[in-house]
Amino acid sequence: MDDHSQTLQTPLHALHLELGAQMGPFAGYDMPIRYPAGIMAEHTHCREAAALFDVSHMGQVVLSGEGVVEVLERLVPGDIAILKPGRQRYTLFTNEAGGVLDDLMVTRRTDDLYLVVNAACKDADITHLQANMPGGSVQVLEDRALLALQGPKAIEVIARFESRITEQKFMSAAALTLDGIDCWVSRSGYTGEDGVEISVPHDQAERLARLLLDQDEVAPAGLGARDSLRLEAGLCLYGTDLDETTTPVEAGLTWTIGKRRKIEKGFLGADVIMEQIFEGPPRLRVGIKPEGRAPARAHTVIVDHEENPVGEITSGGFGPTVGGPVAMGYVPPALAGDGTELGLLIRGKVHKARVVALPFVPKGWS
Amino acid sequence: MSDLRYTKDHEWVRVDGDIATVGISDYAQEALGDVVFVEVPEAGAEVAQGGEAGVIESVKAASEIYAPVTGEVVEGNAALDGDPALVNTAPLGDGWIFKVKVSDAAQLDTLMSEAEYQTFVEGLD
Repeated sequence: MDDHSQTLQTPLHALHLELGAQMGPFAGYDMPIRYPAGIMAEHTHCREAAALFDVSHMGQVVLSGEGVVEVLERLVPGDIAILKPGRQRYTLFTNEAGGVLDDLMVTRRTDDLYLVVNAACKDADITHLQANMPGGSVQVLEDRALLALQGPKAIEVIARFESRITEQKFMSAAALTLDGIDCWVSRSGYTGEDGVEISVPHDQAERLARLLLDQDEVAPAGLGARDSLRLEAGLCLYGTDLDETTTPVEAGLTWTIGKRRKIEKGFLGADVIMEQIFEGPPRLRVGIKPEGRAPARAHTVIVDHEENPVGEITSGGFGPTVGGPVAMGYVPPALAGDGTELGLLIRGKVHKARVVALPFVPKGWS
Repeated sequence: MSDLRYTKDHEWVRVDGDIATVGISDYAQEALGDVVFVEVPEAGAEVAQGGEAGVIESVKAASEIYAPVTGEVVEGNAALDGDPALVNTAPLGDGWIFKVKVSDAAQLDTLMSEAEYQTFVEGLD
């Protein structure tokens, strides 16, 4: 079988094996793809109760120093200055061409900024930050794990240990103590559900995970369910739906660009991005619902009614909550309207599909 | 005693006269996880030993089904259309994939017995 000796492990690795996880390589880490319950059951459990994910492979970075907000704003189009302490925002590292280097979460804290970046991009992100922050400090939190508890019961579970979580708004964060463990808890996630992401010291991660798994509402979920959940929620996966060749405008992420930032610009790729906002982008990311049951995977060719290739699926699979195949892909703006009929070239045959509004399932947070 | 013969690609075959019923092994369905779609070959299609005969899609990925023997497909399992999870719940029974008229019975001798397949699978872990 695969040689995992070169891969990295999270502090929960032994626990995953104990729980019977099927492990697989992801961004250099040996990660749980699914547990014995299976992706379908894990996905459904997250939509109905609470699922615990190990996302410790993601990068946690703290930026500090004078003018750190202004410096970060040169690298992302989001309005960071407007964030009050404890507030969090989804934004993007852009490049000169207006492409996306990574997507990330930024939380403003009293004295610094706390970032969560993608595992596969973290080394490049850190290099990028260091190169652009000569006066500031870029500290990678190598000694902290990250757990995500997601689902309609997640807040109720956390409130059992710290009632203040119920007052914390979605997309905000605070230092909370859970059963004596000092945690940094964001009310956020990437499943379309309400929930939290908990930054916890390595040596306390397993104790916290076991404590949460001991709660009746909680079951473990792997990266397989994480992928089907975020796809149904219409959320982009960096490296498939987003990359250096896609702009925020094409990706339907113009909403992440602050109003002030559009006027002032001053971020990498601003000229290209602003031109696309005014002139329209050459293509757009859309939700695509295949008819029938055959899933359309990434790289499936999208054709128009004359069977001319017009784009490509970037994420596609089966949506357990939807109960059928779901996908996202890029098409020309003329074909991006809801209800537009498209064809998907699957194993040599054209399958009917149509453009639908994202997300595929109603959001579970407010 | 089992009358099933297996391939290294984890298909099984059960022969009745000159008709072979084909499915995937319990090991294979477990490795694939929740099956959400099966593209079965249509009656009349010619399949060749070791050649592609269909596709099984799990939540995570698509995998080919290879024909264990050469012949003409006489039936695809229509029940998988509405209930692809039969491949998970009854891989050796109602979750069969297709039936093929065996054109060369000698090909069956190239397949593994149940015991040989179990040894083969143990060597994979």
